[in-house]
Amino acid sequence: MSVVDLARLQFAGTSIYHFLFVPLTIGLALLTAILQTCWYRTDKPEYLRLTRFFGVLLVINIAVGVVTGLVQEFQFGMNWSGYSRFVGDVFGAPLAMEGLAAFFLESTFLGLWVFGRERLSRRVHLATIWAVAAGGVLSAAFIMAANSWMQNPVGYTIDPATGRAQLTSIGAVLTNPVFLRSLLHVLLASLVTASIVMLAVAAWHLRRRSHVAEFGRAARVALVVLVPVLALNLLVGSELGVTEGTYQPMKIAAAEAQWQTCQPCSFSLFQIGGGNNDQTPSKIIQVPHLLSLLATNSWNGQVVGLNELQAQYEQQYGPGDYVPNVFIQYWAMRVMAYLGSLMLVVGLWGLWRRRRLAESPWFLRVAIWCLPLPFVVNTAGWILTENGRQPWIVQGLQKTADANSPSVTAAAILTSLLIFLLLYGALAVVDWILMARYARRELPAEQPADEHEAPAPAPTY
Amino acid sequence: MTLVAFWFVVLAVVWTGFLLLEGFDFGVGMLHGVVGRDDAGRDLAVHTIEPVWDGNEVWLVVTAAVTFAAFPVWYATMFSAYYPVMVVVLVALILRGVSFEFRSHSASARARAFWGGALAGGSLVVPLGLGIVLGGLLAGVPIDSAQEFVGGAGDLFPAYALMTGATVVLVCLVHGAVFLALRTTADLRRRALGIARALAPVVAVVVTAWAAWTRVTARDGVLLSVAEFAAILAAITAAAFVHVRREGLAFAATATTMAAMTASIFSELYPRVMVSSLGPANDLTTTNTASASYALTVMTVVLAVLLPVVLLYQAWTYHVFRARLRGPVPTPQVPADAG
Repeated sequence: MSVVDLARLQFAGTSIYHFLFVPLTIGLALLTAILQTCWYRTDKPEYLRLTRFFGVLLVINIAVGVVTGLVQEFQFGMNWSGYSRFVGDVFGAPLAMEGLAAFFLESTFLGLWVFGRERLSRRVHLATIWAVAAGGVLSAAFIMAANSWMQNPVGYTIDPATGRAQLTSIGAVLTNPVFLRSLLHVLLASLVTASIVMLAVAAWHLRRRSHVAEFGRAARVALVVLVPVLALNLLVGSELGVTEGTYQPMKIAAAEAQWQTCQPCSFSLFQIGGGNNDQTPSKIIQVPHLLSLLATNSWNGQVVGLNELQAQYEQQYGPGDYVPNVFIQYWAMRVMAYLGSLMLVVGLWGLWRRRRLAESPWFLRVAIWCLPLPFVVNTAGWILTENGRQPWIVQGLQKTADANSPSVTAAAILTSLLIFLLLYGALAVVDWILMARYARRELPAEQPADEHEAPAPAPTY
Repeated sequence: MTLVAFWFVVLAVVWTGFLLLEGFDFGVGMLHGVVGRDDAGRDLAVHTIEPVWDGNEVWLVVTAAVTFAAFPVWYATMFSAYYPVMVVVLVALILRGVSFEFRSHSASARARAFWGGALAGGSLVVPLGLGIVLGGLLAGVPIDSAQEFVGGAGDLFPAYALMTGATVVLVCLVHGAVFLALRTTADLRRRALGIARALAPVVAVVVTAWAAWTRVTARDGVLLSVAEFAAILAAITAAAFVHVRREGLAFAATATTMAAMTASIFSELYPRVMVSSLGPANDLTTTNTASASYALTVMTVVLAVLLPVVLLYQAWTYHVFRARLRGPVPTPQVPADAG
């Protein structure tokens, strides 16, 4: 494998891993804040017990999410110095804003929330969990602004002297049409992830008839969030597809393995074969007009095929292969859409049975097994959008092959790749053990027996 | 002052914020096993930093992000040149970062000891590695005229850089010991103070030697700069205050030592940001690595709005957790052992 391939493998692996934890913690922080707000408003002890129960799961996952995020921030410079040099003027600003506006907020107030319960008033303590949740949402906003610029660069000019991109309008970067839709998509996906996890954990307890009242409530909160959010997200996702299709037609054509231009275009549910060397796979069950509708929002919309786009790009950018990996695109899109729809069906089923969840063993069984789905869907979504950008690292401006660090050898990347593989594997095992242990635990007592008074402030300090 | 020079100062400030704040929690991390004789003692020592370390570490995240935004070429060359060091620092940051949470949730004594070890080891390796990087900026690494690093791993460890790494670790140790003494009572406080008293004179000597070496490395004549002089003075003052058991003043002095050391490196560097060992023509400077003025102006506005707010709520956090810990460790929001 070449240096670029290894660097890509490392970036893809570490960011996919990182993004298992990110949406879970963004969503779970919001849900925990909602539970604590319910307790604050109603004074019902079950809300407090649920807040503290899911708070443990939140805090453990934030720890892993935060440390794996450090790798991402360093990696731009370590492996992609060509990219960093070229885009830092534009791309660095949202990252710095993310640190200043989001990470300080999230980390500082997390410490206050976890350890400040006895030192803060109920109202201020509630405010700290909302600050943590706000920090998570803001970090998603800035990172999506940065990422969207790679998909659809706006608000920049190329400095003729240095050949580097320069920011000319921060307003344009923050109103990038790709950004607004993809941010919403990610935030809704975070809520879906957390509500499925909450639902699955609650279902596990309901099946064992432990704390039926409390976990029944948790399951209902999760379902009430899940169903509308997921339904909306399917729409936002399809809207995002249209937007990306406008700026990155290759991405969408590849997701349908559409080699020839079509109008109207049908959508295939499955295909056998396919890939960059097989332009005539056997498509199974074609839904007429559906691709036109998904890609262009119109019944008879035209989707330009990969072959025609390739010819256009060669004229515009010179010789080269501009078609992303079609096999990955086709299946990433379907895994995301199908499993997303499946979760919606499960959510609707749960809403229908919401008053007798504890008496619905089949629903509970299915709900528990839904646990991995949002993680698979999130991963497929990122693969769809990032693989679909290839061969570009910044659409139309810089190719991935020109973006790596010239001073870093393949051996160095291979070594770090193996180190991260081992380390992340070990972290996953520990995190899973802890999650399994705490998710299966009984609810904490209403008033912990070992609660003691806050130490008095020492006069010397 | 030009915008580019202003952002060089901002970077010196965020490095200082990181080393000064996370400096003491590195120190506490390294010392928690020595100061705490039993599980309860170790828990209490760790608990002095548990609510704040994560907020402190964001200063490092911001340091890297500000370098990326304001000096993209510096960021690109530094992180790719120091590849092996950065990998080691990242591994240490990861193990240390999860150690707080994993340690408190450990089911067995062995797991607990392992994560305690990860906390201590990570707290040593991170300041050592980043100190080597900081020293290397001034000591110089091979950078060619295309602003690319052209050396090998062996070029990353000039003697002055190693000295800087060791000095930063030592200052973290005494800074952390004084912080522990300030935040605890009884035995723990006595032992922390004992460690600080033993370390502080050594640290004062090492900082003095480091400051002189900094001057020599910068080839700026023999007279110390104001910042270097301040670092030496602060280190000696810290030793004196520790000796007379004035913990609050000693902490101010160790914090000043750390700030003055950072100021020394950055003032000796300016207007360079990375010295090239292949000749001054290849030095990376503020102007040949900086972003253009529009991006820097945007960042200036953002900084002016956000930094005061951040400082305010971080200061408030320290106010909330100002009480000395008497143990046992307070029940967190999410008790580890309830069930």
